[in-house]
Amino acid sequence: MAQMKFMCDAERCIECNGCVTACKNANDVEWGIQRRRVVTLNDGEADEMSISVACMHCDDAPCMAVCPTDCFYKTDDGIVLHDKDLCIGCGYCLYACPFGAPQFPQQNAFGERGKMDKCTFCAGGPAESKEEEYQKYGSNRIAEGKLPLCAEMCSTKALLAGDAQDVADIFRQRVVHRGHKDGAWSNNPQASADNLAYDAARKG
Amino acid sequence: MNLLTAQAPIRVPRSGKGLALGIWRFLVVALVLMLSLGFTQLAVAQAEPDREMRTAAPSISADQWRQVRSGETDANFRDSRFDSNYNLINSSGETWRQLRNRWVSPFGLIAIGGMIAVIALFYFIVGRKRLDEPRTGRKLFRWSLLMRSLHWTVATLFITLALTGLNLLFGKFVFRTLFGDAVWAWMISASKVLHNYLGPIFGVLLVVLLISLLKDNIPKKHDWVWFKKGGGLVGKGHVDAGFANGGEKAWYWLLASVGLIVVASGFVLDFPNYGQGRDTMQWANIIHAIGALGLTAVSIGHIYIGTLGTEGSIEGMTTGYVDETWAKEHHNLWYEEVKDQAMSEEEMAAQKTGSNSGGASATKPS
Repeated sequence: MAQMKFMCDAERCIECNGCVTACKNANDVEWGIQRRRVVTLNDGEADEMSISVACMHCDDAPCMAVCPTDCFYKTDDGIVLHDKDLCIGCGYCLYACPFGAPQFPQQNAFGERGKMDKCTFCAGGPAESKEEEYQKYGSNRIAEGKLPLCAEMCSTKALLAGDAQDVADIFRQRVVHRGHKDGAWSNNPQASADNLAYDAARKG
Repeated sequence: MNLLTAQAPIRVPRSGKGLALGIWRFLVVALVLMLSLGFTQLAVAQAEPDREMRTAAPSISADQWRQVRSGETDANFRDSRFDSNYNLINSSGETWRQLRNRWVSPFGLIAIGGMIAVIALFYFIVGRKRLDEPRTGRKLFRWSLLMRSLHWTVATLFITLALTGLNLLFGKFVFRTLFGDAVWAWMISASKVLHNYLGPIFGVLLVVLLISLLKDNIPKKHDWVWFKKGGGLVGKGHVDAGFANGGEKAWYWLLASVGLIVVASGFVLDFPNYGQGRDTMQWANIIHAIGALGLTAVSIGHIYIGTLGTEGSIEGMTTGYVDETWAKEHHNLWYEEVKDQAMSEEEMAAQKTGSNSGGASATKPS
């Protein structure tokens, strides 16, 4: 079974926000919700760096661990999905998520947040019909044998999506070619000179 | 070096000898150029990783990752999401998760389960605290209708909030598998709505209750003796107590401290419309959960003592009147103050018909 993962190569990301637009378009998400975001560190400085962030479909997902309704589940492909019929909008997944992935359509008094929405790795979610699935969770490209649109449309191929092994292999080749002494992630204590392609995506 | 030697052919040769020299020079230069080019290429191939490291945009430094982890964002931090106040990594999320799932949840369960177990054990071994003397049948007025209504409203809200809160923390381990998704979805959704809407009402009424009971719950010297004797459990005989005994005062001040903290942290969690951040709500949640679980555990003690544990206690909070014997045994100092106001059932009935409303005419004596 595949273990689906995203990886953003921060050396390549040019902050074009194409992934954000692609996602919004593919999934037709509610107004105010943006499943993917691009974060830029040190904007305008010499060491400026951008990275595209959404749900990273964690192996040990904190959202799953803290959800009071137990509405999250993992598909066979390692994709973290959630059932909007069970979601009560308590916001705990948002407190726990390292990446700020869960979002809520509202933020009203008495904890009225509506149903949580997050990146589904373009794998839809639980629903009776295709129409309902699209309306609630957006497109299910995985069912059509396609990868998430954000990564597919990334102009610099900074954002990679797919099986963790394939993503790691691509990144490893890049790192070997670049020859960074510590696997593109600076001062990675686990990287060593004889292991140029230390897999930052999985262990760093 | 190449550039320097390459300048040589620019000199214009003036004679045949000079021309020959010129051609010779040209050939040497070409050779040097070719050789040096070859060497350069070799050097480039060898130095490529180093050179890329020198020329590439510097990758993010350890200090910047530290900054990301710490949650600081400087003026040059950008997030493309509208209205986002998040850092790149929410590093306190994992701390919150571990605190909640590994400490608060299990120890909350231990506190409440332990309380139930201790009380059950106490009940089966020591049994109910019965009145030592027979009842006199004469009653003392203890709780006005207003106070009783307030108490039972707050009590009902407290129990509702405790049960829904427990469901939010532990329900998924029990009820989802027990009842299936359809019932569970309804159950947990109702829990959240009840908790969020009744919480603020509880908060307001708790403050009203605390204010109206403050006068009776000022700590006195005899309360200390009450505690040293374990409320009468240690040694023989009853311990001195006024309108409220040491235990009741402890429960009052617990509600006045922890209770208010739980209410305050609950407000932080319940009103995200004021824009408080994730980090604030993480801490509010931990404080709320610890306080509420603790209060729930202690409340079981309060409920036991007030109902099953002590004969005659519940009457005060249901009818408003307590038996003279009960007052003498459990609140002797208060009894001394009000004993001349004791009435028989007949007198009470007469007073009720006389004034047409018992609750209004009787004033609380303490």
